[in-house]
Amino acid sequence: MPDPALGAAYVLVNGAHHEVLTEPDTPLIYVLRNHLGLKGTRYGCGATTCGACLVLVDDRPTYSCDTPLWAVDGKATTTVEGLGSAAAPHPVARALLAEQAAQCGYCISGIVVAAAALLARQPDPSEAEVREALDGHLCRCGAHNRIVRAVLAAAREGAR
Amino acid sequence: MTAPSEAFAATLAGAIPTGRPLADWVRVHRDGVVEIRSGKVELGQGILTAFAQIAAEELDVGLARIRMTAAGTDISPDEGLTAGSLSVQTAGPTLRSVCAQVRAVLVAAAADRLGVAADDLVVDDGWVSTPTGGSVSYWQLPADELLDRPVTGTATPKPTSAYRVVGASVPRIDLPDKLLGRPRYVHDLAPAGLLFGRIVRPRSPGSTLVAADPAGALAIPGVVTVVHDGDFLGVVAEREEVAVRAADQLRSDTTWRAGATLPDEAELSAFLTAAPAETTVLAEHGELGAAATVLATYHRPYLAHGSIGLCSATALTTTGASPHLEVWTHSQGIYPLRRELARALTLPADAITVRHVEGAGCYGHNGADDVAMDAALLALAVPERPVQVVWSRADELAWAPFGPAATVRLAARVGPDGEVRAWHHEVWGNGHISRPGSLGSVALLAAGHLADGARIDPAMEPPLASGGGAGRNAVPGYAFPAYRSVNHRLLTMPLRTSAMRALGAFVNVFATESFLDELAVAAGRDPVEYRLAHLTDPRARAVLETAAARAGWGTDRRAESTGRGIGFARYKNSGAYCAVVAEVEAIEQVRVRRLTVVVDAGLVVNPDGAENQIEGGAVQATSWTLKERVRFDRCGVTSDSWQTYPILRFSEVPSVAVAFLDAAGNPSLGVGEAAQGPTAAAIGNAVFDALGVRVRSLPFTEEQIIAAMPD
Repeated sequence: MPDPALGAAYVLVNGAHHEVLTEPDTPLIYVLRNHLGLKGTRYGCGATTCGACLVLVDDRPTYSCDTPLWAVDGKATTTVEGLGSAAAPHPVARALLAEQAAQCGYCISGIVVAAAALLARQPDPSEAEVREALDGHLCRCGAHNRIVRAVLAAAREGAR
Repeated sequence: MTAPSEAFAATLAGAIPTGRPLADWVRVHRDGVVEIRSGKVELGQGILTAFAQIAAEELDVGLARIRMTAAGTDISPDEGLTAGSLSVQTAGPTLRSVCAQVRAVLVAAAADRLGVAADDLVVDDGWVSTPTGGSVSYWQLPADELLDRPVTGTATPKPTSAYRVVGASVPRIDLPDKLLGRPRYVHDLAPAGLLFGRIVRPRSPGSTLVAADPAGALAIPGVVTVVHDGDFLGVVAEREEVAVRAADQLRSDTTWRAGATLPDEAELSAFLTAAPAETTVLAEHGELGAAATVLATYHRPYLAHGSIGLCSATALTTTGASPHLEVWTHSQGIYPLRRELARALTLPADAITVRHVEGAGCYGHNGADDVAMDAALLALAVPERPVQVVWSRADELAWAPFGPAATVRLAARVGPDGEVRAWHHEVWGNGHISRPGSLGSVALLAAGHLADGARIDPAMEPPLASGGGAGRNAVPGYAFPAYRSVNHRLLTMPLRTSAMRALGAFVNVFATESFLDELAVAAGRDPVEYRLAHLTDPRARAVLETAAARAGWGTDRRAESTGRGIGFARYKNSGAYCAVVAEVEAIEQVRVRRLTVVVDAGLVVNPDGAENQIEGGAVQATSWTLKERVRFDRCGVTSDSWQTYPILRFSEVPSVAVAFLDAAGNPSLGVGEAAQGPTAAAIGNAVFDALGVRVRSLPFTEEQIIAAMPD
């Protein structure tokens, strides 16, 4: 039986409307991962310090671990799953695969979202701009240089 | 009963295990899938792909037919731990031998079926064909029956000259899920009826519980139960957000008595050399002669593994006729974990199934095993419902085992030519191994917090023959006429320590290679030439010379405040050879601009994967060397966030160029840890080149560089 204290909230994620039963201050990431089953958004710190949980809210990069559900009311959330499809992944994700730009891969979802946002506002970034855009993202495996190369390759691909 | 250290050594042993059925490793399914069951696990290092390549190569099937099955204690061979850069080096040959035998068995059966001699058959993607056009596939043969025969260990694998799949940079089989945001990690498991657990840890290692009031947590809608046993506290809830809130509530409703059990961080090196210790002579060679004339002391702090993904596990207990505990974990050793859980929970091992599910990179023994115990304890309180536990970032950085702090004192007696006549290497610090099964006590964090639990014993030191811990690379790899290496393993453990990438090799190589540069400078000799004068192994010399040449060693460059340095080691003195040249810029802070890395790892199964491992290791070691240090006060760890435990960022990562020398017929050597020590040493030597300051204490922060400056 649903808890009487729970309220229904409505969220717009990846273009689809969902009703979720949870408290208004629930961090967005738990709504995405558990209520909606979108496991692509990864939890890393809960404190906006690692970037693994990054999503877009009305196209703005947003840490889902630290964003309460009420704050996305009426806004459109896009997760890594919403940036592309299985058949046609986002160009950044395609480039990361082509470069084999990961080891454990745990940081990558947040990086795809950040890089997609970067390329949306700056389609032809310099290497320094890519590094700056990703500086809030921690990678512990040391795949940074491959990741930067992949983002630059995705930018080149987009320019063609 | 074998001593824990011997049992631990067995978990890393590499002999081909004869007598067990081939089907433990290889199964051929009727739909044409060839299933490989390895006991080794994917840690983000790409081992599943490398093993798929080895299997495809020996079996003569396409990679697309291979399905790598995640390890589980109910289905996989017990291949101990996935650690020590040993999977390709030791389990690789096992898989190669098993697959060569499987191929021979299947081809012999095909020969019978086709009525020709086995020698006349060719195999292509699992199809066995005669010269005249007859053919049968592996999966049309009675494979289950054929592979139910023992491994002999005597099958002849292909010659390396025939390799097509091994040696190719095939894409990693696990990366599409991980890079495209699909569920793949242990955190992503979502079985029906899943509950969420959180643990409320003691305030610090020395604190004890005074009182805990569960009422507030239990009053939160959605909370299923609170588990309280001694100093162990956990909550279970229907939803993850509720578990987090309930844990916060329980934490604020619990009082602890503080215990100041840690040494003074500012005097850590003095503590390490004065604490009670067990002293072992690791090696002694030649006439040590008169007292040493040059002496230097090096130090490394405690380091955190710092996975980006938090430790997590899911557990389920089922009751009824045969009660059972099932655990899904990212542990490096499913069998050692099962044995330790059995010991901790006083359950028979066969009442527990442990399954591996991939996690974030662990870089050694982090809290993966601990969280499995946490999940088991919570699952026992709510039978028939799976419980998923995820640690908090603060607990991950404060409660997971650390790579141990250490002090290394080196002394040398040199001849008139400045060359080493005698070398003394002495190490002080905690052991590097407190993995499940390695200690007298149960080595799982929560076990030590239970009412009837025993504290975790101080970490142990594996024998040098199985790789050592603190002693790893403490025995010089140079041809010194005399040397003596001694380890002092602390018998008290203020902070829990265990295996972290490269173990003692990180500080021992940093110290050795820094000291060699100090001796070279004192002798007025070039550091590369000076090393070569002490090196006889041709593979070592080739790696060093190639790295120097590729980095433009000896060519003029010299911009203000820049420097170049070199570091070299053969990992464990028996693994991969690695030389690193670092170029740094040292103004206010040290920035590493470029690393040139050259490796001889023998036969490389997947060149791109190996390069990725080496580059990643070098970047991670740069982070350790420049930035990382676990901070603590007398009660507990204070560096429990990414702000207080900073690691290298995208804007700080050096460019890295990696090259592998030709295998020249040499067998595979693991690459996971080879770059760690040489990178730190190369950076230290480059800092000296830039500033004229010898920094012997890691990390190279502004504060430590200033402290190293002469008065």
